[in-house]
Amino acid sequence: MKPPPFEYFAPASVKETLDLLREHGDQAKLLAGGQSLVPMLNFRLVRPGALIDLNGVPGLDGIREEPGMLRIGAMTRQRAVERSAVVRERCPLLAEAMPQIGHVQIRNRGTIGGSLVHADPAAELPAVVAALGGELIVRGAAGERTIAAADFFVGYLTTAVAADELLVAVRLPVAPPRAGHAFVEVSRRHGDFALVGVAVTVTLDGSGVCTSAAIAVTGVGPAPVVAADAVAALVGQRPATTAFEEAARRVSAQLEPHSDLHASAEYRKQVGGVLTRRALALASERAAGASR
Amino acid sequence: MKQRAIRVTVNGRTHERTVEVRRTLADFLRDDLDLTGTHLGCEHGVCGACTIVVNGEAVRSCLMFAAQVDGAELLTVEGLADGERLHPIQEAFWEHHGLQCGFCTPGFLMTLYCFLREQPDPTESEIREAISGNLCRCTGYQNIVTAARAAAGSLRAGAS
Repeated sequence: MKPPPFEYFAPASVKETLDLLREHGDQAKLLAGGQSLVPMLNFRLVRPGALIDLNGVPGLDGIREEPGMLRIGAMTRQRAVERSAVVRERCPLLAEAMPQIGHVQIRNRGTIGGSLVHADPAAELPAVVAALGGELIVRGAAGERTIAAADFFVGYLTTAVAADELLVAVRLPVAPPRAGHAFVEVSRRHGDFALVGVAVTVTLDGSGVCTSAAIAVTGVGPAPVVAADAVAALVGQRPATTAFEEAARRVSAQLEPHSDLHASAEYRKQVGGVLTRRALALASERAAGASR
Repeated sequence: MKQRAIRVTVNGRTHERTVEVRRTLADFLRDDLDLTGTHLGCEHGVCGACTIVVNGEAVRSCLMFAAQVDGAELLTVEGLADGERLHPIQEAFWEHHGLQCGFCTPGFLMTLYCFLREQPDPTESEIREAISGNLCRCTGYQNIVTAARAAAGSLRAGAS
């Protein structure tokens, strides 16, 4: 058998899950969709003493509208988010990123929370949540706490979720009026992890001046890179090629990617800039379209 | 627990078994139920050869454990044909030479089975995207795409 031996638990409630986490400590691994964890088990890269399967825990999935926010349960399948009309309407940046995650068989099992907690440095969802300034809701024995996206992604495959805590949901701000979005990435093949991916939002006022924007880049470091300096090149101006190019230059200058088998650091820096320019142009066009 | 009793329906037949909890669903189908039509290529979620249908959705059976399908309904490639009569998707693969060695074929068939139910009249680029999670080393995909289009046509004709 490929996976190493482990004890398997299928808790029927969040409380039971937290009890198991407390009992097994850092020997335990939570199993959500399993699309990253099971390959790691099959390679024996991880050898948890206890595998705690969340698939039978009620109340962890579903998409809910809250005032100004969209709340997505951690165990919501990626495919459900991809198919959701509410997500397309309220959170179009997320909707655009969804089909770029893996393949349909992966998204049928893979969950929103699983991907966020796994925090692969080239994954799409962390960049989306970082760009939108989302909130991660985590539950532990002491109760619930909310972590801002900026504090959630700590480093390579590492988040601020403690060993005895469970991510229960992510909250994302809904897109305001006159807003545009874009998620663009470059990968070797469709469905592969991004070599570089860029998530942006652009919001305009009634006269077409940019009032706020956000840029987050994935695949260029241990965690998504939020490019505040580049955003400053755009805010207060009418979106135009010169501003996009200046923002792209700043993103490129800010990035400190590593070279690996798939792409060199120089390539990633360059592509990060190019994709930023394209994404800002597309998002601005969409924002202008939404204003009409 | 290291073992778990499960009850699962595969291709309409219900099985009750006790499985070691680390047994993947793919190994369970092949080794415990002797349903060797589901093939194992990479065993880490890349090649798509082990794709089966679990509760109506195409998934990679190498990335699930048998312990997780207690109470589920599964469809594998063995469940596609109706006795001696091939399923229209199988028929189209035969007709359009959608396979050479056949190793990847069960995965393609099960992926397309779900896709064509959801999208009965797909464009070529939609077909290519739908099968992007399945690797084929023989055909260059051309005839698989042709077969998928033909299958869509005969499934639509059969439905009307």
